[in-house]
Amino acid sequence: MSEPFLIGDAMTGGYGRGPDILHGCTISAEKGEIAVIVGPNGAGKSTAMKAVFGMLDVRQGAVRLDGEDITHLSPQERVIKGMGFVPQVRNIFGSMTVEENLEMGAFIRTDDISGTMEQVYELFPILKDKRNQPAGELSGGQRQQVAVGRALMTQPKVLMLDEPTAGVSPIVMDELFDRIIEVSRTGIPILMVEQNARQALEIADKAYVLVQGRNAHTGTGKELLADPEVRASFLGG
Amino acid sequence: MDYLNAIVALANFVIVPGLAYGAQLAIGALGVTLIYAILRFSNFAHGDTMAFGTAITILFTFLFQSWGISLGPLPTALLALPFGIAITALLLLGTDKVVYQFYRTQKAKPVILVIVSMGVMFVMNGIVRFIIGVRDIRFADGERFIISARDFKEMTGLDEGLAIKTTQAITVVVAIIVVALLFWFLNKTRTGKSMRAFSDNEDLALLSGIDPNRVVMVTWMIVAALATTAGVLYGLDKSFKAFTYFQLLLPIFAAAIVGGIGSPVGAIAGGFVIAFSEVTITYAWKKVLTYTLPEEWAPDSLVQLLSTDYKFAVSFAILIIVLLFRPTGLFRGQSI
Repeated sequence: MSEPFLIGDAMTGGYGRGPDILHGCTISAEKGEIAVIVGPNGAGKSTAMKAVFGMLDVRQGAVRLDGEDITHLSPQERVIKGMGFVPQVRNIFGSMTVEENLEMGAFIRTDDISGTMEQVYELFPILKDKRNQPAGELSGGQRQQVAVGRALMTQPKVLMLDEPTAGVSPIVMDELFDRIIEVSRTGIPILMVEQNARQALEIADKAYVLVQGRNAHTGTGKELLADPEVRASFLGG
Repeated sequence: MDYLNAIVALANFVIVPGLAYGAQLAIGALGVTLIYAILRFSNFAHGDTMAFGTAITILFTFLFQSWGISLGPLPTALLALPFGIAITALLLLGTDKVVYQFYRTQKAKPVILVIVSMGVMFVMNGIVRFIIGVRDIRFADGERFIISARDFKEMTGLDEGLAIKTTQAITVVVAIIVVALLFWFLNKTRTGKSMRAFSDNEDLALLSGIDPNRVVMVTWMIVAALATTAGVLYGLDKSFKAFTYFQLLLPIFAAAIVGGIGSPVGAIAGGFVIAFSEVTITYAWKKVLTYTLPEEWAPDSLVQLLSTDYKFAVSFAILIIVLLFRPTGLFRGQSI
C-alpha cells in the first residue's frame, strides 16, 4: 500500500517547552476520503491536528504531504504548500463582508480567483445571498460555511477542520456534514476533529480514536461504530 | 431680536472654527485609531509625530519661499506637505525598526507598548525642539481670507461679519480628500483589506498568508501621512508651537475614544464632537443671546461657561464620561 497523501507519522510533541501531549500518534488522510479524529475530552484531538499543521513542535516523528517532508515548515508555509486549515474558534473576519473573507482566504494567490469564488458560492448558496453582509452578523452555521469557504479559496490539496460543528444546532450540523462530504467528493482529502463522535463516524472513511495522545483504535467509521469497546467507552453504549 | 445676525455671529465664532478644528482633530484621531486597530496600542507619541511632520514641512516651506516658489493664493506649505510626510514616514519606520519591532517579536502586552510609546514621545519631543526650537512659528502665506468680516458686512449690510479664513476652507477640503482616500484604500484595495483583516483577526490573517511586516510598514506610512497632514492644517490655521502639539494629544485621544477606538468612522465623528464641545463651552454667548433673546433678558455677563484657558478640561471631562458610561464609544470600537 502506498503512503497516504497527508500523514502525521508517529508524532510525539507538545506546546512550546511544555510536556509531550502526543505520544507516537499517527494520523493520515487519503484523496477523496474523510478522516475523522474522535476521542474523549483532553485526548489530544485538536493537538494532533495542530501538530499536522505545524502549530506545535513535533519532537519525534514526521509530517509528510504528498511524500514531501514538511515537519519543519511553519503553518504559513504549509498553507502555501496546499494545506487548508479551519480553526475551531475565531475562524472568520467578523467585521468584513462574506466576499471579503473569501478574498482574504485567497490572499496568497496572484491569479484570477473569481472561478474559485463561484465554486464556493455553489457549494454554499446562502453565502452568495449574504456576500455583502459582515460575516460576524451571520448565524453560527453560516459562519462555519464562511470559515470553510475561506479555507477553500486557496484551492488546497488537503482540508483540515477543527470541530466544524462545535456550537451549531443538530440540523445545521447535518447540513454542514453534507457539505463536507460534497467537498470530499471533489477529491480533496479531509481531516477533521469532531466532538459529535457518532455522526462523525457515520461519514468517516477512516477514523482515529485517540486516548491520552495515543492511537487507541483505528479503522473505517463503520468498523469503529460497530466495535463494542469503542461504543462502551465513549459512544454511550 | 435679530436672528439673522445671531446666526451669522454663531457661524463666525462657533460653526466655522469648530468645523476646521474638528477636521484637524479627526485626521489626528484617525492616525491614533489606525495604530490602535492594527498595531494594538495607544500611541502617546502621536502628538509629537504631528509636531515633527509639521516642523519638517515648515522647513521645506521656508526653503521653497527662499527659492521664490509659491502657490499664489494658497499656502506654500501645501507644496511642502508631501516632503514632510515622506520624512516623517522615514522617521516612523526607523522608530519601528529600532524600538517597536523588538517588543512586537517579544509579543509584549499593549500596556508595555504604551509606555514604550511614551519614551518615543519624549525623544521626538526633543528632536522637534532641537530642529525648529520652542517658539511660536507662523508659516501660513498666500491669501489670508476667502471672505473677510468687513467684506461680508459690506456685502450683506448686516451688523455681524462672517470671516472665512483660507486655512479653514483648506482644512475642510483637505480633510474630505484625506478621509475619502483613506476609506477607498481600506475598503477597495487588496492591501487595505489585508490591513482590516489583520486588525480583525491576526491569527487568521497570518494563516491566510498576509505578511504582517508589510501590514505594519504600510500602517506607519499612512499614520505619517495622517499625522503630518493634521499637524500642518492645525499649524496653518493657528500657529506651530512644539508644546501646543504635545497638548493636542488629549483632545485627539478623546476624539478617538469618544468615536470608538479602532473605528475610522468613529474617529471622524469623535473629532467633531470634541471640537464643537470645546468651542461651544468656551465661547462667550453674550452676543448671540443678545440678538436672540428679548431685550430685557439680554445677559450682562459674557455667558462663557469656561475660560479658553481651561479648554482641555472639556476633552478630559468628555473622555471620562465616555469611559464610564460607554467605553466602546459611539461607533462600537474596542473597549479599553
